[in-house]
Amino acid sequence: MQRTGISVAKLAASIGLVGLVVAATTARLQAQQAADPPPPWKQGQAAAAADSTLAPIAPPPLPTAPDKLPLDKLKTKPGFKIEVYAAGVPNARTLRLGDKGTVFVSSRVQDKLYAIVTKDGKREVKVIASGLHRPNGIALHKGTLYIAELYQISKIEKIEDNLDNPPKPTVILGDLPKDEPHGWKYLTVGPDEKLYFQIGVPCNICMPPERHGKIYRVGLDGKGLEVYAYGIRQIVGMDWHPTLKQLYFSENSRDWLSEDVPEDKLNRVTQPGKDNFGYPYCHQGNFTDPEFGWGRSCSEFTKPIALLGPHSAALGLKFYTGNGLGNEYRNVIFLARHGSWNRSVKIGGDVVAIRLNDDGTFRSMEPFITGFIQNNNYVGRPVDVLPMKDGSLLVSDDYNGAVYRVSRTGASAAAK
Amino acid sequence: MIVLCAWTARAGADSIQERFAPCLACHGEKGQSANPEIPSLGAQPSPYVLIQLYLFREKLRRLDVMNDAVKGFTDDDLRIFADTISRLPPPPPTADATDPARMARGQALVRQYRCNVCHNPGLAGRESVPRIAGQREDFLVKTMREYKANIRPGYDASMADVLQPISDADILDLSYFAARQP
Repeated sequence: MQRTGISVAKLAASIGLVGLVVAATTARLQAQQAADPPPPWKQGQAAAAADSTLAPIAPPPLPTAPDKLPLDKLKTKPGFKIEVYAAGVPNARTLRLGDKGTVFVSSRVQDKLYAIVTKDGKREVKVIASGLHRPNGIALHKGTLYIAELYQISKIEKIEDNLDNPPKPTVILGDLPKDEPHGWKYLTVGPDEKLYFQIGVPCNICMPPERHGKIYRVGLDGKGLEVYAYGIRQIVGMDWHPTLKQLYFSENSRDWLSEDVPEDKLNRVTQPGKDNFGYPYCHQGNFTDPEFGWGRSCSEFTKPIALLGPHSAALGLKFYTGNGLGNEYRNVIFLARHGSWNRSVKIGGDVVAIRLNDDGTFRSMEPFITGFIQNNNYVGRPVDVLPMKDGSLLVSDDYNGAVYRVSRTGASAAAK
Repeated sequence: MIVLCAWTARAGADSIQERFAPCLACHGEKGQSANPEIPSLGAQPSPYVLIQLYLFREKLRRLDVMNDAVKGFTDDDLRIFADTISRLPPPPPTADATDPARMARGQALVRQYRCNVCHNPGLAGRESVPRIAGQREDFLVKTMREYKANIRPGYDASMADVLQPISDADILDLSYFAARQP
């Protein structure tokens, strides 16, 4: 579309009075059309959106002081307690545990990775890498730290032996797409000793370019890249079923369709290299997209095993195979719901416990930690969970730059 | 302009006014910048400014003059400067013979792309979302092009996401409209 002001003036100068009248009429018509309400299919959406004040919630750049953390707002189940494991971990995102007990923490809007070390009962937060671009995805395998930045995957070997002076990461897989939207990655190592990560779609809703919207796997040496699953929008949580050895992952569904539809999903890959989870044609397993879904059916795609709430931002998940939290939590999935922004009444902002049937299908979901939403505002936002060797569960909070620890009351002294 | 806007480090424990003076030399005494592609800062929400100053300090947003300007700032310095900037008066809208057709197009685009939902109906911004009403048109065009091209990654990737379907012609009209909002 031409810029009307310039085109009208140029046109008038070149074609004289008659032209001027025509051009002026055209300009008026364009102005009128532009001011008209949007087409009928869009009207309800536009009118409602004009009154709403929804916006993505940016985490504050500076971590919250330890004495200002919202610990008194966070609630867990009777018989459990929640405490601060570490404060001053800016934008704390993915959590990973080293063989020697170091807790590794990634960030998304910062350029750093952190190690939390416990020594003589005191915790210290060390920066172990910086100058990274959205290093959200981290994984540990046999002493090596693998790092998924926005457009490359790298590694640092023997990381726990070099926490005070770690070498620079070595790139093992480069040249991934550089799109910022949904460009940050989740990274995990499979039972086959390969790295798994996703390339999210570079948009809210669109027909993704060829390389996007897929889960990939690649060897630990960066060789043998292949597609593992298709039709995903964005993933910030994956883990492996302890006995079935299948990949479970949370998926964030599209925004701006409605307050309540579609919901985020818990998915499972049962047919590696074949499963297609529906994006952009089908959402939440039963709802065709109003734009891309025509002529398609949700029956073409792999259904989610559970729906996790509209806009709830289901992120990190881990199977809990320990027994420190009691038998009732053996083999549950703990999953952090970061919480909604694209919804008038916020939902999520909690850690849920998901129970599965023996065949890996969904049985139930219940809240385990709540309270991150107070009066429809965030006092914190949970991102990832990490079962510890002592049976406790760590939870990262990228809003406050903190890590919390949940354990059974009375058990913590012995466990330490 | 380049001479005016070179950052000169100042030694010692200067008052906030003294430390703030070089900012105003480039960004304008009363919240309005007279310099091409240098943004007006008046009435920017403090949380938004804090994020930008932080990004400059950490060199997550790269611009030599700004990286130098906040070098060595403490966290409290960042907070004080963000608060001080947020109290500058809002920049008055670009005053020229306004083209009503472009204004109407811009207004429709603001609704179509939901700029008003995050930046508020009057485009005055809130919290971590910047004020774009009355911002310099050339700065808005430059910034949106950078977001769209993934050149300016931003703090999170919200604006890269938003700009993905927006054409360059629409960027021009959106900037024209926003620059002329009170």
